[in-house]
Amino acid sequence: MDERIKSPLLRLEKRSKSSIKPVYAWMIRLGSILVALLLGCIAMGLAGCNPIRAYGTMLDGALGNAAFRQQTVKKAVPLLGCALAIAPCFKMRFWNIGAEGQITAGALAATFVVRLLASKYEGDSASLPLLLLMALAAMLLGGLWALIPGFFKAKWNTNETLFTLMMNYIIIGVVAWLQAGPWEARQGRIAQFPQVAWLPKVEGVHCGWIIVLLLVFLVHIYMRHTKQGYEIAVIGDSLRTAQYAGMNVGRIMMRTMFLSGAISGLVGFILCSGATNTLSKDIAGGVGFTSITVAWLSQLNAFAMVAISLMLGILTKGADTLQTVMNVPAAISDIIIGLLLFCMLGCEFFINYRLILRKKSRKGGDGA
Amino acid sequence: MTAIDTLVLLLIAAITYGTPLLYGTLGEILTEKSGNLNLGVEGIMFMGGAFGLGGVYYCEKLLGTPSGIAAVGIALLCAFLAGALASLIFSFITTTLRANQNVTGLALAIFGTGVGQFAGEMMRVRAGGYVTVSNELKAVFTGSPFPQFLKDIPYVGQLLFGNSHFFYIGVLFAVLMHLFLKKTRRGLYLRAVGENPATADSAGISVTRYKYLATVIGGGISAIGGVVYIVTTAGCTWNNEGLSGVGWLAVALVIFCLWRPLSALWGSVLFGALMILYMRLQIAFIPTELYKILPYVVTVVVLILSSLRNNKEKQPPEGLGLAYFREDR
Repeated sequence: MDERIKSPLLRLEKRSKSSIKPVYAWMIRLGSILVALLLGCIAMGLAGCNPIRAYGTMLDGALGNAAFRQQTVKKAVPLLGCALAIAPCFKMRFWNIGAEGQITAGALAATFVVRLLASKYEGDSASLPLLLLMALAAMLLGGLWALIPGFFKAKWNTNETLFTLMMNYIIIGVVAWLQAGPWEARQGRIAQFPQVAWLPKVEGVHCGWIIVLLLVFLVHIYMRHTKQGYEIAVIGDSLRTAQYAGMNVGRIMMRTMFLSGAISGLVGFILCSGATNTLSKDIAGGVGFTSITVAWLSQLNAFAMVAISLMLGILTKGADTLQTVMNVPAAISDIIIGLLLFCMLGCEFFINYRLILRKKSRKGGDGA
Repeated sequence: MTAIDTLVLLLIAAITYGTPLLYGTLGEILTEKSGNLNLGVEGIMFMGGAFGLGGVYYCEKLLGTPSGIAAVGIALLCAFLAGALASLIFSFITTTLRANQNVTGLALAIFGTGVGQFAGEMMRVRAGGYVTVSNELKAVFTGSPFPQFLKDIPYVGQLLFGNSHFFYIGVLFAVLMHLFLKKTRRGLYLRAVGENPATADSAGISVTRYKYLATVIGGGISAIGGVVYIVTTAGCTWNNEGLSGVGWLAVALVIFCLWRPLSALWGSVLFGALMILYMRLQIAFIPTELYKILPYVVTVVVLILSSLRNNKEKQPPEGLGLAYFREDR
């Protein structure tokens, strides 16, 4: 189009994939995170506290000393694990928002194993065979819980978003029933696990953090360097291409969902064996939802997830401190997480498109 | 108490619990008719609940107790504005900035839940522990607009005329929305945008404008559901948990109702009944905690059944969830 002929004040041009350097793209994303944090100041201002002091309190509460740091890592571990679980599904454009339930299912299975077998293992220290059995059971039930919606999606294209979500409420209801009924120890709680079923601690935090860091590499390799990972990417980009290429889309969907559920289940095992040492209906505590944010903010990149999950760990731990110190509701962390997502989603536009003003052409990307 | 009495009581309670769902569903129907799949209803309803309650509470505190109709109007308006604002964010990010609707909706669900809880908690902190409105207003919100003699008709009196203002307003909304979608030119345009935006665009319909308007108004209507829950069933006090899940049920209900506003009427009452059945109709061998998951199990069954049918009349708007860019054609 000739620019001298009447052109609109502002027009868009699609960038080709190579025309923006990855460095700039990540700078835009970083900028959008800053914008989100700035917008978070408004909420804090409305709550009547000084935003700078508030962010300072949050940072201090999350990283101020070794005990705080351990708690922050404790919060980041399930987020990271679960984001790794969600990533293959989202890559496939399969909107699995049932991680919350898959975690709970995993924790339920692990607890079942403990109740069944723990008496056979004696001693005060963790027993490796028992822990392995727990992890296996957790992965199996978590995977199966995810497979159900996967199966119906593959067979009849049933809406997976709502299906996986409803599965959350169902399994959480089942745990609520166990907690108040058959498995109740006292006052509506399930008894604490014996110490043989506790994940051992490394550097002051249960060794779940080592497991999820290992998973980072495994998931990265799976997604980027295997045939199965490639199939997932193709289905996500274009379902028709996948069908045309002769891929068995239904089978791949079910396989991916099982895998995703299994990793979430493993996170459930880590949570009940490492963090709480028991099962309760709140075991997942919103991790399944927040980890969606982690997965998406990191562009489904396994290594970026480590950083983002730590950031959100700092944010949620900091928000807890903020509530006790400055009386700001801890829901502030949800607001900031929401804002982060909005900004990250919005900023992709500036990465994919270039804004061109009528007179002089200028590069877009102020990262709003 | 006879069986009929029990049934009537159950139905009345079902209507009370179903009314928030009705608004949530109606709003989402309007949104989805424009081809936008807004999964943020959960967050929108939280915001509507918190801001609606806040509006009524502060209004009463500053200006004295408003009259019946005014109070209902303030609650509706504040909730509507909160929901409209939330949906405006959604529209801007999906329609203008072209982001993925699913993830943006999830973000809105997280954000809205956070804002709602934050605002609710803040009100509680400011008020020193407890936010509620006067008993007069509570009576207004739960009372019906009809005179007593109509309610005194045996059996059907309470059922037909004894419900809250909000239920009748919701029925009115449903009828109006039905007429708008089926009988007006603008309704036809809106449906065209949802079915096939490219065709609508070539016919000279502004796709962007219709998507924005439908999503913003739809979000506002959904948000009213939140405040209705707070002022009718939650006793005009804020709680962080009460609304959780209602918004998602509303999204599922849209599928159940096949995107028809009039079907939303009985659909929401049915789901209202499922939500309270465990309190009203105890069955000895089913534990309460398992009974409570009934609505979710039914939703799953509904989702499966609705995916099995292959009727052309019973499909979602064809362009649902897909972004439309003129340049990409």
